Amino acid sequence: MSAKTQNERAWWFVLPVVLLVAFNALVPLMTVVNYSVQESFSQGVWFWSGVDWFEQTLHSERFHAALGRQLLFTTIILLIEVPLGIAIALSMPKTGPWVPVCLVLMALPLLIPWNVVGAMWNIFALPDIGLLGYTVNALGIDYDYTQNALAAWITVIAMDVWHWTSLVVLLAYAGLVSIPDAYYQAAKIDGAGKWAVFRHIQLPKMNRVLTIAILLRFMDSFMIYTEPFVLTGGGPGNSTTFLSIDLVKKALGEFDLGPAAAMSLIYFLITLLVSWLFYTIMTRQEEEG
Amino acid sequence: MAKIGLKKLRHSYMPNPKSADDYALKEIDLDWSDGGAYALLGPSGCGKSTLLNIISGLVKPSEGQILFDGQDVTALPPDQRNIAQVFQFPVIYDTMTVYDNLAFPLRNRGVEESRIDARVREIATMLELDDMLKRRAAGLTPDAKQKISMGRGLVRDDVNVIMFDEPLTVIDPHLKWKLRSKLKELHHKVRATMIYVTHDQTEALTFADQVVVMDEGVIVQIGTPVDLFERPAHTFVGHFIGSPGMNVLPCEIRDGGAFVSGVHVPTENAGARATGKTEVGVRPEFVSITENGVPAQVVRVADTGRHMVVEADANGARVNFILNEGARIPEGEIALNFEPARTRIYADGWLVEGSDV
Repeated sequence: MSAKTQNERAWWFVLPVVLLVAFNALVPLMTVVNYSVQESFSQGVWFWSGVDWFEQTLHSERFHAALGRQLLFTTIILLIEVPLGIAIALSMPKTGPWVPVCLVLMALPLLIPWNVVGAMWNIFALPDIGLLGYTVNALGIDYDYTQNALAAWITVIAMDVWHWTSLVVLLAYAGLVSIPDAYYQAAKIDGAGKWAVFRHIQLPKMNRVLTIAILLRFMDSFMIYTEPFVLTGGGPGNSTTFLSIDLVKKALGEFDLGPAAAMSLIYFLITLLVSWLFYTIMTRQEEEG
Repeated sequence: MAKIGLKKLRHSYMPNPKSADDYALKEIDLDWSDGGAYALLGPSGCGKSTLLNIISGLVKPSEGQILFDGQDVTALPPDQRNIAQVFQFPVIYDTMTVYDNLAFPLRNRGVEESRIDARVREIATMLELDDMLKRRAAGLTPDAKQKISMGRGLVRDDVNVIMFDEPLTVIDPHLKWKLRSKLKELHHKVRATMIYVTHDQTEALTFADQVVVMDEGVIVQIGTPVDLFERPAHTFVGHFIGSPGMNVLPCEIRDGGAFVSGVHVPTENAGARATGKTEVGVRPEFVSITENGVPAQVVRVADTGRHMVVEADANGARVNFILNEGARIPEGEIALNFEPARTRIYADGWLVEGSDV
């Protein structure tokens, strides 16, 4: 009997995770890749079409418009949610009985499902029966998000800010409370003003959590679907048709599987690229800092 | 630079302190002269950090006054007291270079750039930081960071006092010694009043001209390192300072003399006025084995390399004493002699004043 000191049986332990990844990521992704390079006229009949769909999508005005709206939306909500989140986190108490109250209040919007948020704001902002819509109109401001594109945009943005600023607040707050007291005391002794304390202590110490907050908010808002879909359905017209809404229209509404697949791959690559850019730039800054 | 006075200072962290136990500091009166090097020494929780924060203005005392050069600064915030403080963990501004870190306190006070530049370079040279002025402070070693914290205090030439709150806690042991001598050297150069808080007796004794020993919010003794070693005013000081600390044995006072386990022990001070719980205190260095003395039982012997520390049991009380390397290792029943000039009577912990008649 010779004891075998090495065998390959351990590989079997990896099998479950290989299967899991294959079925929830690789197979669906490859299906999409498969669709994106073929054309179908009827069920089960496919023709090779190469990169035609990609070219078509990249040159399509409809895609450009949706991408433009998507970028504008993401930029606006990042510009609002990040500074606002930091400001709220700064004004929250660091100790005392109000801390848990504030934290729970902040966490509440995050616990509400996306479609419920959409439905809530849909009703809330209706000009005839919604509390917000009715009040604004009663103040003499003409506001109807179902008819006016600007009103629709404002409503979608307000909804996203309401739903997601808390995430930035909680992350920023976690960064703030981890700053040792000695830093504030040293700053006081060094004669630093409020702005200097923020600029040289609080902001640098929040760097890591803010990187995470911005990345999460970017990815989430760039892929946003449910909330605007329930709130405006992409309208009025196409004014709030963001990339994912457009994609679903194309894939399920028009059943253009080839172009839809090409578009989703481009969409995926853009998200990946921008996330990578954000991450690289922000972590490089940190290394230097 | 300034001399510092503390008048009837008391502090409690509770809103309505009632008994003495509610106070973290129980009535502190102190006078520190200009340009001195002082240490506050005591175990964790003795109130030394509270006292330091009161002097710097980070904590407002419940009662009493703080005087800088005779001027009452009790109500002033830290930045108006012109003090500097170095904390336990190095505080540096991560995003700035070493240069900007050192310049920060001056820039905040609106000092002109040319003056700042001269000052920063001078201090950097003093701290041996000049070759890293352009580097970002974030990537430096803890001891370099701690030097920067010190430097931020030193750049201002108008500081009244520089305070150190256990500044060597996070420094590697071999660098501790270097930084400590650097500190001592700096004190000689700048002659600023410096207060150094620590629970480490070596740090306190090597740094300070005068050490203030605290315990449970009370100043137990103020003295030079030699005073504290030779004539502890309280059994706590005797025990806290020295390694191993002073031996404290319960004794009986009869006819003005002390008796330990029924054996008369001659002492430096007279016990006539001793009341309450009486004890004799003697340092391990001044205990020896003799023919006729206090009976004891050897418990264990520890060899430290330089000498041996013998631990004995004298009727329930622990007695440590020192034997030179190479001496015969004692065993079993022995009798101990306490050097009379170094043996003192303590009543309720405090040294009984008045010498033997």
